[in-house]
Amino acid sequence: MLEPMASDRAVVVGPAHVDEQGAGLVARAEMFGLGIERIHQFRLAHVRFGEGVAVDDGRLATLAESLLVDPVVGWWLPADDLDSSSLMSDGVTKASADSVVIETGLRPGVTDREGAELVRAANVLGLDVDAATMGIRFLIEPSDGHELNEADLQLLASRVLHNDVIERWAVGSLPPAFADLRAGAPLTTQIALDGLDDDGLAAVNQRRRLGLDPQEMVVIRDYFSDLGRTPTDAELEMLAQTWSEHCAHKTFRALIELPDGGEIDGLMKTYLRSATEAIDAPWVRSAFVDNAGIVRFDDDFDLALKAETHNHPSALEPFGGSNTGVGGVVRDILGVSAKPIAVSDILCFGPSETDPADVPDGVLHPQRIREGVIAGVGDYGNKIGVPNIGGAVVHDPAYTTTPLVFAGCIGLLPTGSNPTQAAAGDSIVVLGGAVGRDGVGGATFSSQTMAAETAEVAGSSVQIGDPIVEKGLIDVIVAARDLGLYSAVTDCGAGGLSSAVGEMAEVLGAEVDLQLVPRKYPGLAPWEVWLSEAQERMVVASPEPGPLLELAERWSVGAAVIGTFSGDGRLIVRDGTETVIDLDCSFLHDGRPRRRMQAARLEVVRTTRSEVVDYDPASLTLQLLAHPSIRSNEDVVRTFDHEVLGGTLVRPYGGVQGDGPADGTAMVPPGTSGERAVAFGIGVNARLGQLDPEAMAWQVIDEAVRNVVLAGADPLELSLLDNFAWGDPTDPATLAEIVAACRGCHDSAMLFGAPFVSGKDSLYNVFVDEDGTRDPVAPTLVITAMGIVKNLDVVPLTGCVAAGNEVWLVGPQKGELGGSHLDAVLGHDYGGNVPRPDPVAVARHHAVGEAIAANLVRSGHDLAEGGLAVAAAEWALAGRLGLDLDIDSDPARLFGEGSGRYLLEVRPEDGQRFGEIVPFAVRIGRVVARPSVRLGVHELGLGEIAKAWRGHLDADDTTSSGGEE
Amino acid sequence: MKPKVLIPIALGTNRDGDLADAFELAGADPQRVPLSALRSGDVQMSDHQMLAVPGGFSYGDALGAGRLLGLDLAGWFGDQLHAAVAAEKPIFGVCNGFQALVRAGLLPGGDDQAVLGANDRDRFECRWVTLEPASSKSVWVAGLTEPIRCPVAHGEGRYVTNQLDGLHRDDQVALRYVEVDAQGVVHPAAGAYPSNPNGSTDDIAGVCDDTGLVLGLMPHPENHVRQRQDPLRGRTVPGLAERGNCVALFRSGVAAVAS
Repeated sequence: MLEPMASDRAVVVGPAHVDEQGAGLVARAEMFGLGIERIHQFRLAHVRFGEGVAVDDGRLATLAESLLVDPVVGWWLPADDLDSSSLMSDGVTKASADSVVIETGLRPGVTDREGAELVRAANVLGLDVDAATMGIRFLIEPSDGHELNEADLQLLASRVLHNDVIERWAVGSLPPAFADLRAGAPLTTQIALDGLDDDGLAAVNQRRRLGLDPQEMVVIRDYFSDLGRTPTDAELEMLAQTWSEHCAHKTFRALIELPDGGEIDGLMKTYLRSATEAIDAPWVRSAFVDNAGIVRFDDDFDLALKAETHNHPSALEPFGGSNTGVGGVVRDILGVSAKPIAVSDILCFGPSETDPADVPDGVLHPQRIREGVIAGVGDYGNKIGVPNIGGAVVHDPAYTTTPLVFAGCIGLLPTGSNPTQAAAGDSIVVLGGAVGRDGVGGATFSSQTMAAETAEVAGSSVQIGDPIVEKGLIDVIVAARDLGLYSAVTDCGAGGLSSAVGEMAEVLGAEVDLQLVPRKYPGLAPWEVWLSEAQERMVVASPEPGPLLELAERWSVGAAVIGTFSGDGRLIVRDGTETVIDLDCSFLHDGRPRRRMQAARLEVVRTTRSEVVDYDPASLTLQLLAHPSIRSNEDVVRTFDHEVLGGTLVRPYGGVQGDGPADGTAMVPPGTSGERAVAFGIGVNARLGQLDPEAMAWQVIDEAVRNVVLAGADPLELSLLDNFAWGDPTDPATLAEIVAACRGCHDSAMLFGAPFVSGKDSLYNVFVDEDGTRDPVAPTLVITAMGIVKNLDVVPLTGCVAAGNEVWLVGPQKGELGGSHLDAVLGHDYGGNVPRPDPVAVARHHAVGEAIAANLVRSGHDLAEGGLAVAAAEWALAGRLGLDLDIDSDPARLFGEGSGRYLLEVRPEDGQRFGEIVPFAVRIGRVVARPSVRLGVHELGLGEIAKAWRGHLDADDTTSSGGEE
Repeated sequence: MKPKVLIPIALGTNRDGDLADAFELAGADPQRVPLSALRSGDVQMSDHQMLAVPGGFSYGDALGAGRLLGLDLAGWFGDQLHAAVAAEKPIFGVCNGFQALVRAGLLPGGDDQAVLGANDRDRFECRWVTLEPASSKSVWVAGLTEPIRCPVAHGEGRYVTNQLDGLHRDDQVALRYVEVDAQGVVHPAAGAYPSNPNGSTDDIAGVCDDTGLVLGLMPHPENHVRQRQDPLRGRTVPGLAERGNCVALFRSGVAAVAS
C-alpha cells in the first residue's frame, strides 16, 4: 500500500516571502533546544504529487500554472529540476549550502481533500492525473557556524514538523505514497473462543484491542458456544463497538456499590435522568433518547442540543482530533433531523510554557496540542458554515498529558419533524463520504486509557475531517426531511455503519451487503468496512429511496442503498455471498452483562487558609487578568467564524471595540420569526474538581446559568447538557468523584428547575507512561446551559454603557477562596473553603432575569474566575469607561468566587425599581468617564488592565486597546 | 416585478442563505441553485436579472480559495457570464465569490495581475470592519453616502495587485478599509491591523470591473442588513447616520437592473 509509483512527478509551489508559519516553527523548535542560535529560519513550500503526469510533455507546466501557483504572490518549479542546495530557491533568495530539506507527506488513506480536488480539476482541464497527494517541504537554514546533525533532524521531524499518526517524513525528497488500487481485500476470519479460559479470553481481548470487560468476553464465548459456531472477526468487533464505554455508557449504567453498603442503580438513571423526569419541564420534547436532546424554541420550531468530547484523538493528532470532534457533534444534531445553527468549543490544555523535558514520551507538547486543536476547530466550523458562538479555553497542569476537547452544537427543526419510525421493508441508505481505513476502531479506542505506545498502535483510529462533505450532507438531510423522504435517520459515529445500522435495526433487524458500500479504495477487510468511522456519513431508512438518491446527486453528495430493514430481529451482514455477521439483535443490544462497580469513600481535599504575604490587591488583580485561563482569548476566537448565518446577537467578544468578554452568547436562528433568540452559556472549572467534585458541579451549573441569564435568557426555561471527563472509573476513588459530581448535578438542576436533555461521559482519560505511572486528567465537568431570549430589545450589552449609571453587586459580598484563581496566581493554597452549594442563588438568577425582562439592566458581567476585581476590570475595559466602586480590600471580597453573583449596570432613574425586583443586590458605585477602575483605595488604569488582560496578543493587535491618557 | 438573483451553490458554499436574506430585504427575488442544476441546464442563468456568488469554502479551498469555483465558472459558464455583463446585469461576488470571480476573469486579476492571497497574519480572521465607498463607477457603491460596517471572515483575503495605478485611474477600487474615530472622523486604515484585517494593498476591500456592473469584495455586507446584527446596537456610532447598515448597497445593485 505504501509503494511509491515510478511515474510520480512533483511540483514545488512556494510563497514569495518568508511566511508567518516559518516564524512559528522557529519558536516551536526553540522549546526543544533548537533555538535561534542553532536555526536561523524555516521556509515552507507545498509539494504536489500527481501520479501519471510526465514532466517532459508540458502537462506539468500546464498543471502548475493553471491550478497550483499564483504568480503575483508565489512561484513554482518542477522538483526534479532542483539540486539539493537550492531546493527551495524562489529565484531571489538562494539557500545556504548548510541548509537541510525535510519533506513531509500524508500517509495513504488519510483524508486528502486537496489531492482529490487536484485530480478532479486536472481532469476538467484534460490533463489526466490518476491520483494526487500533497506534502510540505521545509528548508531549514542553520544559523551561521552551525550544522544540524541527524539527531537534530530526527527531533525536528518528530516534535516540530510532522505527526507520525497521519504523516510520513524524510530528509530530502519524500516519494509520495498512494493507496494501492489493485490491492486484494483481506477475508473475514474466524476467532475461536470456545474452550478459552479467562486468560485466553483476555489475550484475544488484548490482541484485537476490543476493550471489553472480562465477564463480557465470557458471555460472548458462551453465546457462540450455544450456537455451536465460531464468531467472525466482524461479529466480535461489532459486539466490542456496541458494548464499548463510548456507545453503551457502561459506567453510567452500572450498579455501583458504595462503601457504606448502599447501592446506586445507575448514575444516569439515579441522578441525571431522574432530575429531568422530576422537573418534567413542558419545553422538553425529548431527552437522553436520540443523538441529541430536543427542546421547544417557539410555536413553530424546536432546538436540538448536544455536546461531545474528542479527547483521545485530540491528544494524538490535535488538528484531526478536534476537527472531527466538531464534525461529530454537528452530525449528532443532523441525526435528529435538525439543521446545525451554532457550535461551541471548550478546550482544556496544559500550560503553553511547560518545559518540554516535563512532557513524557508519547505526549505532544501542550502548545502544539493547543495550536492544532484550535486550527482543527476553526477549520471544521468555518468550512461547514456554522457559527462558533461559545466556548472557553482553560489551562492547567492537570491537562498536560490528557487535553480535553469538548464540542457542542445546536440545531433547529420545525416542531415534531424528526421521523424516528423505520419500518420493515425500508431501504437502508448510506449518505456522504466513502469508507476508508481511517477511523477504524474509534469507539473501542476512545474507551481505553492512553499509553506511551498508543500513538503508534492507534494511529488508524484518528481521522482528518472533510467538512465540505458534511456541509453537503446538511443540505441533503434538511431537504429530504422537508420532503418527507426518510422514516428514520442516524449518524455513523464511532463505530461507523456498525453503530448506525445496529442502532436503527435494534428492533427490526436488517440485512446488509457490504459490496454495496462505497469505498475510497479496495483492500479493506469486511469488518473494517462495517466499523470504519467517518464524520461525514449518515444512514437513513427510506421507504422509497429513488427521490432521495436523486436529491443527493443534485447536491453532489454520495448515496447508496446497502440493504433493508428486515423485521425478523436478526442483524445479517454479507460481503457478496459470504455471511460475515449473523447476530440476534436482542443479544447485541441487551446481552451485555451489567457492570458492577465499587466506589470508595470520597476524599474531599481541604485546604487550610493562610495569610498572603505582601498583599497588594492592584498587583494581584493584574496578575489574575494575565492568568492563562482568564486572559483574553480573542486571538483564538477570531479564527472562528461567529457571524455566518447572520443570526448572531451576542458575540463572544463585544463592547465598544469588540475586545471585551461576553458572558453568554446568543443568536436568532435563521428562518425563524426574528422575535426570539437562543442563548448559550458554559460552565467549566479546572480547579474545583481537584478539591471537591460535588462543589464543582454546583459551581459550573451556576456559572452556565449566570452566563445565559446575562445573554438575555429566561431563567425559568433553561435546559442543560452535561459532559463528564474523568479518569479510570474502575478505580474506586475515581468513581467516588464521579458519583459526587453526579449528585451535585442532580441537586443543583432540581433547584434550578433546569433539566438535563443530553450528555456524554468521556472516561479513561488517563495517561500511562513507560514506567506504568498513571496520570489521570483533572476531574472536569462541563455544563452547557441553553435558554430562550424572549425579547431581543432588553438583552444587556457587553461592557459598561454610560458614565453616571449605577453599579449593583448581586449576591453575597464575599466569595470563597478555596480552589480560587487567587490560589493559582499565588502558587500555593491560600485556601479556605471551596464555594458551597447556595440554595438561594436560584432566587437571585430569577430576580436578575426579571430585572432584565423589565429592561432595567444596561449591561452586566458575572463574577467568575478571579472574583469581583477581575469582573470589574474586564467590564470597564469592554465599555472603555471607568468604575468607582466603594469596596474594602478583603481578599474574599475582591477575589472570592461563588454562586449567583453579578455586577450590573442600572440607570439612576431605574435604581429604585431594580432594588425592589432584586432584593439581594447592593449599590456599590458608579460608572465613570475617567478611564480607571477604583476598587476602594486601589486604582487601576484601563491601559494597565488592557496590558495585563490582552498584552500577550500580538503587539500590533493591541494598538487599539488603550483607552486612557 | 422583483428582479431574480441567481445565487449558485458549489460544494462547500455556505453563506448563500445570508446573501439571499440580504437580497430579499433589498427587494429582489433570490434563487439558490446548486451548480449541478446549472450544468444540467435545469436552471438557466439567462432567466435571471442578477448573479450573486456567495461566500463559503467551495471545494474546501483546495488549491487556493476560489480557484476551483473560478475554474468551474470560467470553464462551464464563461460565455453565459460574459453575456450577462453584455446585457448589463449586475453581478456580485462576496468573499469566496469574490475570489472565484477574480479567478474566472470577471474582475481585475485574470491575467496574473491580482490575487487574493493569504492574510498577512496567516490565519483566518473574523471581525467587524468599516468600509468606505470609493468608486463612482460601481453601480453597487456609487450611491452610498457614508461608510458601511460589516464582518470579515476569511483566511485568504489580502488583495495583491501589480496594477494599482490602473485600478485607481479607472475608478475600479470600489471599497476601502477605513477607521472611524470616536469623533466620527474617517481615517484611512493605512495598512494597519485590525482596521485593515488582512494587509490588502492600499486597503482595498473590494473592486469593480471596467463596466462598474461587477463588484467583488471580501467583507460580508450581507451580515449587516438588520439592526439586530449590529454589535454596537445600544451604543452610539459616531459619524454614521445609518450606523453602517449595508442594505443600501444591495438596494443600489437591485436598482441598477435594467428595467
